[in-house]
Amino acid sequence: MTDALFTNARLIDPERGETPHGWLLVRQGKIADYNAGDPESLPASCEIIDCEGLCLSPGIVDIGVKVCEPGERHKESYQSASLAALKGGITTIVTRPDTVPAIDTPEALEFVKRRADKASVINVLPMASLTKGRAGQEMTEIGLLADSGAVAFTDCDHVISDSRVFLRALTYAKSCDALVIGHPQDPSLTVGSAATSGKFASLKGLPTVPALAERMGLERDLILIELSGADYHIDQITTAAALLPLQRAREKGLRITAGVSIHHLTLNEFDIANYRTFFKVKPPLRSEDDRVAVVEAVRDGLIDIISSMHTPQDEESKRLPFVDAASGAVALQTLLPASLRLYHSGALDLPTLFRALSLNPAKRLQINAGRFAVGAIGDIILFDPDYPFVLNRQTLKSKCKNTPFDGHKLQGKVIGTWLSGRRAYSGT
Amino acid sequence: MFFETSTRTQASFELAGKRLGADVINLLMQASSIRKGETLIDTALTLNAMHPDLLVVRHPSSGAADLLAQKVNCSVINAGDGHHEHPTQALLDALTIRRRKGRLQRLIIAICGDIAHSRVARSNILLLGKTENRIRLIGPATLMPSKIDEWGVEVYDDMTDGLKEADVVMMLRLQKERMDGGFIPSEREYFYRYGLDLTKLSHAKDDAIVMHPGPMNRGIEIDGAIADDINHSVIEEQVEMGVAIRMAIMHLLTQSQDHSDPPLA
Repeated sequence: MTDALFTNARLIDPERGETPHGWLLVRQGKIADYNAGDPESLPASCEIIDCEGLCLSPGIVDIGVKVCEPGERHKESYQSASLAALKGGITTIVTRPDTVPAIDTPEALEFVKRRADKASVINVLPMASLTKGRAGQEMTEIGLLADSGAVAFTDCDHVISDSRVFLRALTYAKSCDALVIGHPQDPSLTVGSAATSGKFASLKGLPTVPALAERMGLERDLILIELSGADYHIDQITTAAALLPLQRAREKGLRITAGVSIHHLTLNEFDIANYRTFFKVKPPLRSEDDRVAVVEAVRDGLIDIISSMHTPQDEESKRLPFVDAASGAVALQTLLPASLRLYHSGALDLPTLFRALSLNPAKRLQINAGRFAVGAIGDIILFDPDYPFVLNRQTLKSKCKNTPFDGHKLQGKVIGTWLSGRRAYSGT
Repeated sequence: MFFETSTRTQASFELAGKRLGADVINLLMQASSIRKGETLIDTALTLNAMHPDLLVVRHPSSGAADLLAQKVNCSVINAGDGHHEHPTQALLDALTIRRRKGRLQRLIIAICGDIAHSRVARSNILLLGKTENRIRLIGPATLMPSKIDEWGVEVYDDMTDGLKEADVVMMLRLQKERMDGGFIPSEREYFYRYGLDLTKLSHAKDDAIVMHPGPMNRGIEIDGAIADDINHSVIEEQVEMGVAIRMAIMHLLTQSQDHSDPPLA
């Protein structure tokens, strides 16, 4: 049954910035109607879900998820990722091409799509790499890949250091109407680093990268975007210094959006404490001042998108000295509870949160989801924002359990996830 | 367990252990199973199963000793981890200073050279900073960690200013093996600006002592004549105190272990 009527719900409407108490009707997989109050008439042959006053919102659209197929299926498969996502209230994942090998040919993309179709319950939108092998030298077949279903092009955390190569790729991508996603970092300052420069990293004797390396990378990228006119998304803005050039570029009218990972919004460099490798992410965690500035930028809309930057790493890659350990954290299941920390702390209200989690990413990818509007896809989640729990990482559905939130007190539980109006997960 | 080559620290620990009557096993990890792909933690667990009373660890990565200590039951002594800390060195330095100066307070202590890559500097700043000393760091800005001025130390990039009225001059080894290249123009220029010679030392107090954790690069960070000058140099005494301090540490750590039998039911 793809018809469902949700009643007695707190509707989180990111577009209008409201949270009215009301109802929502999904018919044939699409949102048919919704309003405040109680429905006037109950339609026949329709599942009725009493939401008991809990929050109903558009499903989360997560840009930049790493599913480790092909190459490292032991770390994460489409099946495990999709189960974790469902439980985390994520209805669409946009997968990264930094697999082994990289997704840089239509054939590799075909493999990903086939695996996703077979093993995944949720919507999977694959990205392809911008250059072959993510090596930053020759561009991929952007036109072929785009027509085969690549929704965006990115070399992930590999920065294309050769500006000429990058400019040509951006220019070509523009001619294909393709979205490019970049990672703002000065590549040479980043070499060998494991933490952000500052008092903490100096005390701990860790090799560092200055926070300003992000701004340096961003300034270059912005100039190349201005030259090429390409459609561009910045994967993660994590420092206060990078917000200024972003603001300027916005005012100039460049076609750019910016994102941030949930970890940079909720953790800072001190969380690394005694070399806890689950807190090693890329870029490294920043100072508290930077964290606060970035949260404010999300509130003000300067940063558009919050994503999980889900990066599974097995125990062996993390049980090493900090410098040698792999970067990244799993986050599909913790994205929502961690984001709700910002709501509970009063930094962001729920519509603003879902603007960044659902509405803006869907808009960016031009998919008709992520919002409450008649005709939009019925990808809906029902959650209790106050439900308290202590996270035990072993209960995560991802194959890898490398979450920085292990043992943390969190709030928020997904009660149900609907895909095109069909109930796909029930978390009572 | 030494994952990094070391002559004096290793010998010092070994001798300290033997003088206390311990069975000392030396593991040079570069030659062992690490080469065969065993991880640090697996090596630690293997050794732990042999029930040692103490593990002495040196490792090129910051935090490695900490990581090991979480995985084994016995006491772990950090004999140097990456650029992080070298606590026994700081303790032996403190002991040497106290013997020579008669106190460990109200001293001006200048630490000179490659601070950024030095675990000796970090441990000394922490330890000597706790006892009302003025600590000065002197070195080229490229070899200073960032935000170092927030540690409660004075930072100088000129030897003449930094050494003024100093009671203790602690020279650090220019860690050539740690250099990615390009921190300083040349060894010659380094000696010219930061190498300790008689002229630079003359700015310190007349009775200033000169220390070095070793091994020394004569003619790079320190003039050979000063290193051998028994009126100033306490470098050999540092080595001597190293054995004493390490004996004390091992004694204290093994004393605190509970070897008593469980009470009979």
